[in-house]
Amino acid sequence: MTTAVTTRLEVGSFSTDRLSVGQKLAVKYFTVAMILFLAQILFGLLAGLQYLRPDFLYNVIDFNVARMVHINAMIVWMLYGFIGSVYWLVEDESGTTLVGAKLGNLAFWVLTLAVTIVVLVYLVVQVGPGEHSTIWLINEGREYIEAPRWADIGIVAVMLVFFYNVAATFMKGKWSGISGVLVLDLVALAGLYVFGMFFTANISMDQHWWWWVIHLWVEATWEVLVGCIMAWGLMKTLGARRIIVTTWLYIEVALMFGSGILGLGHHYFWIGTPEYWFTIGGFFSALEPIPLVAMVVHAVYDSGVHRFKNANHPALAWLIAHAFGNFFGAGVWGFMHTLPQINLYTHGTQWTASHGHLAFFGAYATIIIAMIYIAIQKSRGDIFMGSGLAGAWRWKWALTLSCVGVVGMTVALLISGYEQSFVERALNGSSWAGYFEAQRAKWFIQGMFWRQVWGYVTTLGVVLLLWDLVVIGKGEKRPAEYVSDDLVAEGV
Amino acid sequence: MTDTPWWAGESLWRKMAIWVTALMLVVLIFLTFDTVAKITAGSDRVPGYDVINHRIYYRFSADRGFEVPVIGDSAPLFGTVLSAGEAEEMVTRGKLTVQAKNCMNCHTLLGNGAYYAPDLTKAWLDPGWGAEPVREQLMVTFLMDPETNARGYGTGRKMPDLGITEEEARSVVAFLKWMSAIDTNGFPRGFKPIAQEGDQ
Repeated sequence: MTTAVTTRLEVGSFSTDRLSVGQKLAVKYFTVAMILFLAQILFGLLAGLQYLRPDFLYNVIDFNVARMVHINAMIVWMLYGFIGSVYWLVEDESGTTLVGAKLGNLAFWVLTLAVTIVVLVYLVVQVGPGEHSTIWLINEGREYIEAPRWADIGIVAVMLVFFYNVAATFMKGKWSGISGVLVLDLVALAGLYVFGMFFTANISMDQHWWWWVIHLWVEATWEVLVGCIMAWGLMKTLGARRIIVTTWLYIEVALMFGSGILGLGHHYFWIGTPEYWFTIGGFFSALEPIPLVAMVVHAVYDSGVHRFKNANHPALAWLIAHAFGNFFGAGVWGFMHTLPQINLYTHGTQWTASHGHLAFFGAYATIIIAMIYIAIQKSRGDIFMGSGLAGAWRWKWALTLSCVGVVGMTVALLISGYEQSFVERALNGSSWAGYFEAQRAKWFIQGMFWRQVWGYVTTLGVVLLLWDLVVIGKGEKRPAEYVSDDLVAEGV
Repeated sequence: MTDTPWWAGESLWRKMAIWVTALMLVVLIFLTFDTVAKITAGSDRVPGYDVINHRIYYRFSADRGFEVPVIGDSAPLFGTVLSAGEAEEMVTRGKLTVQAKNCMNCHTLLGNGAYYAPDLTKAWLDPGWGAEPVREQLMVTFLMDPETNARGYGTGRKMPDLGITEEEARSVVAFLKWMSAIDTNGFPRGFKPIAQEGDQ
């Protein structure tokens, strides 16, 4: 019996038997996250292609459906990735086993079944009559939170289970700075979703509360959540000291919530809300990049101090990609058009799409991928995933192609966005004729063409990534404690 | 740890994180009460739904530095004056239809949404509808059969057939008319509305 188990758990082979209950659950979440990531990419390609060939799948999967699946798959896979990441670290951080694992498993299957039904209804039924029943059963028609109301209620229930699992585990085990921030952040993250669960005819009121969900998720609570994951990840990949990462986390929370909560105001310039939001939104959102700079300093400083000595190169590389991607995508690209004097011309143009692509990828996709590499390392028996790893070209090319692809899309969309701001807004008085003149312009079309080309490059990177996630470390026998020859030669 | 300066200590930053977050939340809650009152339908910035019984003009405000909505004389939608309740019901049906047909994943409303099709914030007032007297019917006809009546201006893009009924189409037009009267602080920049009776 002992021999059989030893054989089954041979170092280098993938087995969830090595994992704790929370980590097993995390692997399930990560698996669905990656499937949805691929769906996001494919529907993004379709939507991008429809800009160039509007007849493609017209009246079959129209742009509104393709784009809805594109952005919904993204939101949902990232939530799966966050939940998976937290389940992965909760036992390690609390020093005890997961509380309510069976409930957590049930919640996973309920959520996954619900997501499958929602996506099928999006694709098959698509739209319904202008009645409340459509909002409850088919599609809520509100960007990013299109999921019908029945699914909203399910999501809240699943989030409550998740919150219970995490909070009860920390209560049973030990608390830390990271876990304290994490649990409070999850309360806010779950609670905010409720603000998106009502109908009103008043579009100003609708968007006012809609931004509570979208902004306070993406530009506040999600950022703090990834700050917690980053803090834990730097301890695990680099061996950074707890007091250092915890202090950095507090600084980031102070700066992130200090700027991001009232930074909400940059969405309140043009939706009917009062003019004082010009000043408040402009000022606080201009400060939003500061915590992201702090994150870059934090990650680079820790990596430098530890001379990049680590046993999981792909995870660290994606963590570094996260630090820079977050700073440039969310920070710089957000700042570029956050002041009302500029936003008046850029709001509702491809500028926003440019910012959205780099920010979501840079801030969130990257760190979840890093966590998945950490999970794979453990699932294969704590193997060394650094120098000399067989097939390392795969993760390096996956990282390079997907990052270069997303940056390429970002720049291409920005060029189209510039053209749109000038031609539609500045020159043509924002009329429909002005809108279409801008869309017909050569420079706009060139931008959309190159966006598509870079979209294919990104897809190639993501396909390589998924392949790599399945095979990386296969047959690797060196333990994670192994120090590479390079570092030995350097006398480290 | 005695060599850690006071400003870099864990304890200081924990307190800072708590106090800064609490302060910002309190300010946000205070501002939210004020904002919600100012964007409730029937306020100065967001008109009551019965605004659809009137013409909506835009006039330059020297004070504010941009064009602002002005509620004009009587111009009932589809020729029928509606009570406040009837108007609210019609706009509500229009908003429900806008959500149910997933308009926001091609269009923007108040600038939010997707960028595949034009912004709808002031669609009611867009000069693209030609002339004031034919606008309402043209919009209904288009919404009910957007493929035949495609308005892609040479881009090749066409709105798909979303199965919009006549009642839904008229409600959407009511919603668009009401939305065009919201004071959006001059967004979208430099918009020149369709010529209407009594303009200027």
